[in-house]
Amino acid sequence: MALIRDDQLVDDDSRLLADDEALPASGKVVVSLARWQKERDALLARKEPVGVRLKSDESPETIAADLERLTLVELEFPKFRDGRAYSNARILRERYGFQGELRAVGDVLMEQLHFMRRTGFNAFEISGPDPLGQYRTAQAEFSVWYQPTGDGRETAINLRHRLAGETRDR
Amino acid sequence: MYRYDEFDRKLVVERANQFARQVKRRLSGELNEDQFRPLRLMNGLYLQLHAYMLRVNVPYGTLSSKQLRCFAHIARRYDRGYGHFTTRQNIQYNWIKLEETPALLRELADVEVTGIQSSGNCVRNITSDQYAGSAKDELADPRKYCELLRQYSVLHPEFSYLPRKFKIAVTGSPTDRAAVAVHDIGLRMHRNKQGEIGFEVLVGGGLGRTPWIAHTIRDWIEPEHILSYVEAILRIYNLHGRRDNIHKARIKIIVNQMGIDKYRELVEAEWQRIKDSALKVPAEEIERIDRYFAPPAYAKLEDATALLDGQRKASREFDRWLKANTVGHKVPGYAIVNLTLKALGKPPGDIDADTMDRVADLADRYSFGEIRISHRQNLVFVDVRQDQLHELWQKLDALGLATPNLDAITDIICCPGLDYCALANARSIPVAMDIRKRFVDVDELADIGELKINISGCMNACGHHHVGHIGILGVDKRNEEFFQLTLGGSSDQNASLGDRLGPGLPQSEVPDAIAAIVERYKSVRNDGERFLDTYRRVGIEPFREAVYGKDSEKAVA
Amino acid sequence: MRMIIANRLNDGRVVFYTAGGGWDLDIAAGLGVEGEAEEAKHFAAAKADEAACKVVDPQLIDVKVEGGKPRPVAIREVVRAFGPTI
Repeated sequence: MALIRDDQLVDDDSRLLADDEALPASGKVVVSLARWQKERDALLARKEPVGVRLKSDESPETIAADLERLTLVELEFPKFRDGRAYSNARILRERYGFQGELRAVGDVLMEQLHFMRRTGFNAFEISGPDPLGQYRTAQAEFSVWYQPTGDGRETAINLRHRLAGETRDR
Repeated sequence: MYRYDEFDRKLVVERANQFARQVKRRLSGELNEDQFRPLRLMNGLYLQLHAYMLRVNVPYGTLSSKQLRCFAHIARRYDRGYGHFTTRQNIQYNWIKLEETPALLRELADVEVTGIQSSGNCVRNITSDQYAGSAKDELADPRKYCELLRQYSVLHPEFSYLPRKFKIAVTGSPTDRAAVAVHDIGLRMHRNKQGEIGFEVLVGGGLGRTPWIAHTIRDWIEPEHILSYVEAILRIYNLHGRRDNIHKARIKIIVNQMGIDKYRELVEAEWQRIKDSALKVPAEEIERIDRYFAPPAYAKLEDATALLDGQRKASREFDRWLKANTVGHKVPGYAIVNLTLKALGKPPGDIDADTMDRVADLADRYSFGEIRISHRQNLVFVDVRQDQLHELWQKLDALGLATPNLDAITDIICCPGLDYCALANARSIPVAMDIRKRFVDVDELADIGELKINISGCMNACGHHHVGHIGILGVDKRNEEFFQLTLGGSSDQNASLGDRLGPGLPQSEVPDAIAAIVERYKSVRNDGERFLDTYRRVGIEPFREAVYGKDSEKAVA
Repeated sequence: MRMIIANRLNDGRVVFYTAGGGWDLDIAAGLGVEGEAEEAKHFAAAKADEAACKVVDPQLIDVKVEGGKPRPVAIREVVRAFGPTI
């Protein structure tokens, strides 16, 4: 399993803790929503980076108040066909303004990486050969986007009218 | 009609290239079938009984002659010389090879046509009124809003893995020819008190296993807010739609489970958050798209009824065809002409490559080079000069495209069924062809009048049987094909779902049953009353008895 | 008797698993299998061909012999074997 963050292949410096695993003294950990809700204070008291992993049927609303204290939010794709995390990613970024790492985990395949990036994911747990190559191919496949998402890309509508305005003003 | 600009063109080329790469990965085994299936479906490619089937989008049913010629070429080069028009204004090819699909899609991209999202759990073809732009009763051409929605929904990163498929239809007329009440989202254009154009938004309509008439989620939305409102609806659906059972995954299920009031509450809350975002459509964009739908260069003509009257008196056949297949136009001196693809001995909605080319030529000569596809799997020329109708009719007649049966008993909607489709329980096409054979006399057709038969080979209802005046549904009973009839469905602005007539009939008994229903109708109808209205007046019993006899316990079994 | 039917991956055409371990467009060339052991053995080979990207979704289907010629029992498979009936 490889981790890509902000377009680079990086080492995973966080550990996913099982619900019944003891909390380590140090190190960045990621816990389930259930554990976060139960042990929030203890986790924050560690003063170490902490992340929460949401299942596809768990709502970002449940952690909205704490987002500033989370370094990392992981959104699970139990099956690549389960598209709920795309909406949850956008809600985290665009409604709640989450600035930390938003990581796609689970059944994360090359063919969905472009859409994931568009909806706000900036980190991806990918398996298979040549993950960085796969990732780069996926990101480079499209250069026109119709819909505004939080990714800051200029939509075709914007471009059309901006360019028309520039031509007019010349 | 809309023409791609550099951005539209680039996107479809990039998409075709992506699919070429995905096909390579599939053929080499890097992708298994489970991983590849949604990808090919999102390009319109199904694996059916005999081969791959490709569904090509015809956005809101509007086609140029150049595109139709390309369809003919595709049929010859990549298929077996014919195509099939569908109830969602698309075209299907039945004999496609996976390894040739990338080249095929590139050829289509050259004429600004794609299979993008014609299948898959995403937003499908945006469909509309086949008479858009020319209909007398139209408030405004709905197609500019369709084009806006098309671009918005294509390769939408958030909504490409919905719980299930998603279908949107738009009507610009109070007479709903787009069946908006049986779509996941329906947009019904109307004017507010200030005379401005806007839409009633309907949600949760659909056919299939659990048919439902849509609810109104909002009485009024301004055009500039269409995209944000649709986004709100889609987001709530994406998050809350069921994913545990594919037969319970459409938006109509969740809307009915939650109740429309709760669903509306969630959508409105979401919409408030996003309505003033970048999704608000700038007036310049609506205007830009609108320019593509500017009316063609109509000649300044007088109404030609007097000329037509003379021609009608001189030819009974022309008179019949004019009455049956043509419709009034908003511009004086023009008419809308329907070409029914329901010839004797041919599967409904099918058309061969040579005929496609001839139709393209006629479109150029008589209708500003444009063709429309209707929900009844027919073609339309929407801008024909009245003084050219007689000439056009003769040419259509020579091609077998002038059967005067629009909306008549032989203008049957029919899905491909078990002759082609992996989902089907029964063969629908032979049933349609048997009924077609039964009613050849054109005077009888005219006497029966408007009677829409819709045939589906299975519960997925691609033949829209629930909303047929007579619906026919194929079922499998112990490896034998049986057909259940329903009566009284309608897809227009007074939409209704058909009522079950009785137990399934074997294929051989269906034409007799139809004939019995027709006879009963004729014997109880009031003067000039069409079948649907007679049914709504007298109820199902007279027809049940006509088909199943006085042994009504048998019928209600 | 049963046979194994599938679609060819590259062109989608219907094919039947043969005695030689290949796949043929003609049902007459299909291998008739009898009994659970035979079925399991040949079906495993068919699944291996699926994994090797030759075919998609192999299925065991019931076939009868009529006038010396094999014919599927289910209408759906008859249509697959012999093409559209219209």
